[in-house]
Amino acid sequence: MTLLQVRDLRTHFLTRAGAVKAVDGVSFELGRGEILGLVGESGSGKSVTGFSLIGHVDPPGRVVGGSIRFDGQELVGLAPPRMRELRGRRIAMVFQDPGATLNPVLTIGQQMVLAVQAHRRLPERDARALAAERLTRLGIPEAPARLDAYPHEFSGGMRQRVAIAMALLHGPDLIIADEPTTALDVSIQAQILVEMRALARESGTALIWISHDLAAVAAVADRIMVMYAGRIVEAGPVRATLAAPRHPYTRGLLDSLPATTEPGARLRQIPGHTPALLSLPPGCPFAPRCGYADATCMTAPPVIEQDGRMARCHHLLEPSP
Amino acid sequence: MPGYIIQRLLQAGLVMLAMSALVFAGVHAIGNPIDLLISPDATQDIRAAAIAHYGLDQPLWRQYLAFLGRLLSGDLGRSLVFNIPVTELVFSRMPATLELALSAVLIGAVIGVPLGMWAGYRPDSVVSRGIMAVSVLGFSVPTFWVGLILILTFAVNLGWLPAGSRGPTVEVFGIGWSFLTLEGLRFMLLPALNLSLFKLALMIRLARAGTREAMLSDTVKFARAAGLSEFTILRHHVLRLISIPLVTVFGLEFGSTLAFAVVTETIFSWPGVGKLIIDSITSLDRPVMVGYLVLVAFLFVTLNLVVDLSYALLDPRLRRGRHAA
Repeated sequence: MTLLQVRDLRTHFLTRAGAVKAVDGVSFELGRGEILGLVGESGSGKSVTGFSLIGHVDPPGRVVGGSIRFDGQELVGLAPPRMRELRGRRIAMVFQDPGATLNPVLTIGQQMVLAVQAHRRLPERDARALAAERLTRLGIPEAPARLDAYPHEFSGGMRQRVAIAMALLHGPDLIIADEPTTALDVSIQAQILVEMRALARESGTALIWISHDLAAVAAVADRIMVMYAGRIVEAGPVRATLAAPRHPYTRGLLDSLPATTEPGARLRQIPGHTPALLSLPPGCPFAPRCGYADATCMTAPPVIEQDGRMARCHHLLEPSP
Repeated sequence: MPGYIIQRLLQAGLVMLAMSALVFAGVHAIGNPIDLLISPDATQDIRAAAIAHYGLDQPLWRQYLAFLGRLLSGDLGRSLVFNIPVTELVFSRMPATLELALSAVLIGAVIGVPLGMWAGYRPDSVVSRGIMAVSVLGFSVPTFWVGLILILTFAVNLGWLPAGSRGPTVEVFGIGWSFLTLEGLRFMLLPALNLSLFKLALMIRLARAGTREAMLSDTVKFARAAGLSEFTILRHHVLRLISIPLVTVFGLEFGSTLAFAVVTETIFSWPGVGKLIIDSITSLDRPVMVGYLVLVAFLFVTLNLVVDLSYALLDPRLRRGRHAA
């Protein structure tokens, strides 16, 4: 059952120097309860994709084209008040740094009550009870008492649990998690990862996990999408894709993981850096950094779909022996 | 927290001591009040007796020590002109200034903060540009000129409001207040507006800068992602985030208005302390000058202390003694 259907989404930042095409023709589908990992380097457009879905791209950016159908409803061009009714209630978002997202001068309880009352006319007492229930579900001990604590009185991992509990307040159909574990210790990362996966499964919530961390995505997601320069370059089931990537960029990301390198050997990194989105080379944007590039890469790469996988490349990789 | 308060109280005491010494020495340098107090054709004996009576024959440091000794028991000396205790003199004028200053600062905050927040929320809109123009005007137009224009417009030409002096007062706790009657408010409106213009401009600037910054924060993005309305975000999240600089300036402005509402009080012949200090300077009424300035220093130190302590109320991270779980 399809929950989210994104077609040719284009989000551009209209600057004085020209249009920065942060998201340029992204299409994908997401089923109910499905977990999708969205991977890419900084500036690949993965976060902008997330913000486009909730209709909150920072100016001067805006969705200039395409379609986002959420549960049968078109979100592109939806009136702001309608969009606000969806945000937080049916589509929630969790951010990278819980130290920055929670308001430092309001108690957890005050912030959660505001989030509850944004969508439900509940008296404060009931809103607090709901908040405490969600916090307990996220494994926060003595939740009712902790409602009166301020964010700085929690550890980083606990703060992120609070943020996730806030995202879960209204039992959304979709949670967009933008690098939710990046700011946390590795051991806490793993815990949150496992718990979020379990929560999503348990409540049938679909999850879009935005990350640059392939290992995290491998652990949490059903499917993976790899973004480069505003486009999806490869997508498919997470195991198959990571076991035998078809796009040279995905291969490069995998190879640059320390775990895949011989101890003591030099880390293999992808040469060069992400291109400036204002001056994309013609054809494949990854070509200047790609070891397989040749003259054909000067033309736009074809989208090749087979056995449930997609890749956008002239030189699809064969599974390594 | 108690340690912090003790530390701040000690600091406050030191500031007071330094201030009193500076004021005492400074006022001493202005001129000798004896020349104004007794007629030039008084005999040498009368002159010497008068000098001895006011303790002016003593070396400066002894005069200062004697002054400090009296100060500790709450005695600021007697006015040379009115021959009544300085404290009594200042406090009889204080309520008038207090209600004027407070209403001016309140007008500035209550109107300025929402306007400034709007200007910060929608920095490019026409309304915001208008608000900023008002703020530039408030900063750059001199107070006395605005005061005169207000009198000319509303008192002389339109005849809606009185041109000056204080309205009827009502006694509460033995002190006369004029803001409790409609007629009193009519008298207060123009001087209060005059005084508030600068504060309004200041509050607009501060609220605008703070709001612009806060609107870009992850806190606001997260609140939006949770579906909060823009009004709720401004009212609950942003206002709290920007409150510290606002309270600081509110406190300082309140203090400086209390102490130095001189120009406005003079223009509107408002019988407050500002007029008192001007009169005492012209008549070299040394005890009143010194006493008044020491009281002003005390006022500022106290207000600063209150402002500092209120930070802990506004920002839980500044409270001590509570630790992360």
